[in-house]
Amino acid sequence: MTGSDKTSATVAVTDDSFAEDVLTNDRPVLVDFWAAWCGPCKMVAPVLEEIATEKSEQLVVAKIDVDANPATARDFQVVSIPTLILFKGGEAVKRIVGAKGKGALLRELEDIL
Amino acid sequence: MSSASAVHDVIIIGSGPAGYTAALYAARAQLAPLVFEGSQFGGALMTTTEVENFPGFRNGITGPELMDEMREQALRFGADLRTEDVEEISLSGSVKTVTVGDETHKARAVILAMGAAARYLGVPGEAELLGRGVSSCATCDGFFFRDQDIAVVGGGDSAMEEAIFLTRFARSVTIVHRREEFRASKIMLNRARANDKILFLTNKVVTAVEGETGVSALRLRDTVTDQETTLAVTGVFVAIGHDPRSDLVRGQLDMDSDGYVLTRGRTTHTSVEGVFAAGDLVDRTYRQAVTAAGTGCSAAIDAERWLAEAADADITDNLIGAPL
Repeated sequence: MTGSDKTSATVAVTDDSFAEDVLTNDRPVLVDFWAAWCGPCKMVAPVLEEIATEKSEQLVVAKIDVDANPATARDFQVVSIPTLILFKGGEAVKRIVGAKGKGALLRELEDIL
Repeated sequence: MSSASAVHDVIIIGSGPAGYTAALYAARAQLAPLVFEGSQFGGALMTTTEVENFPGFRNGITGPELMDEMREQALRFGADLRTEDVEEISLSGSVKTVTVGDETHKARAVILAMGAAARYLGVPGEAELLGRGVSSCATCDGFFFRDQDIAVVGGGDSAMEEAIFLTRFARSVTIVHRREEFRASKIMLNRARANDKILFLTNKVVTAVEGETGVSALRLRDTVTDQETTLAVTGVFVAIGHDPRSDLVRGQLDMDSDGYVLTRGRTTHTSVEGVFAAGDLVDRTYRQAVTAAGTGCSAAIDAERWLAEAADADITDNLIGAPL
């Protein structure tokens, strides 16, 4: 949104790294399924950066580009983006569809974190 | 926070073409506008594809790109943009307040430009299958329906635009419309009709969206014969129009029965002094990016003049020593 990408607090994952980075992670991982062509995905990106920074003790925020990594989106039946899925111990425990504000997202994650 | 205690000249709420144009004009008028863009910043154009009718872009521009240009232009002149969602607006009194989280921001003038939100069908199955085949954003989700049969519900320009866009991916796109005639412009309708992947089903209303883990079909009722049919599709894109996002100011100023904020004559003045409104929030007729930008400009100019007159009145009051 602000142009050049500075150091990001989120982790970019791929179809190949998904098992290691997300499914076998000891910590909860919030995965953002996104793509470059998706306007609303651009809206949530800065919010996710903030959450990743502020909640770094409690969770990992990961991003997966569905265009380059369609297999993972297919595995989790993602047919709408942005979709956020929270994984805990390899299980998908929460699914949030559509762009949401920071307050709304934190409320959704409250009971799980 | 300093911005929470200071009284701003103007707060702008909204970030579509109306909000950003108001921000640009207000910033250039040295009003240092505070702009609440909301988490859905960019407005309705963020989910559109090619914008072919915004003057000055003869080859077209994508919605998100256009909004990015407007946003950067407002920033260049010093607009203070915040991506937070406004939770409360109070328009009474000479100082208006806008609440975001636990902060309350104050301003003498407020420009409302919250736009309109996509309308949904409100039929059984729709909410349950949202994000599982039900979508209101073809540009976001079309990709997932490669070689599948899908439907677009609606009869306006955005329905045609979505259907045409979706033929890039889908095997077939059926436009389901409740009437015989279309509201869409001739150029868009003709383009859709010329596309051999697009099928038309008219005089049909959707009564339910069916499916377990994903959409499997639409249940339809014919508005003439009342006959019920089923259309097998794996995706449904809803493009049946928008409702003004006026909930936060309901009861505080005059609006029509559908929630569109009313403005005075050819101005952007609302029924409340110091409160201006622009864009899709007030416009049930044109609803174009360029008309929204136009009224956003008007709102900033109206607000600037109103602030100047209010300041003059204050000075006069002080000179003659009149108590407030």
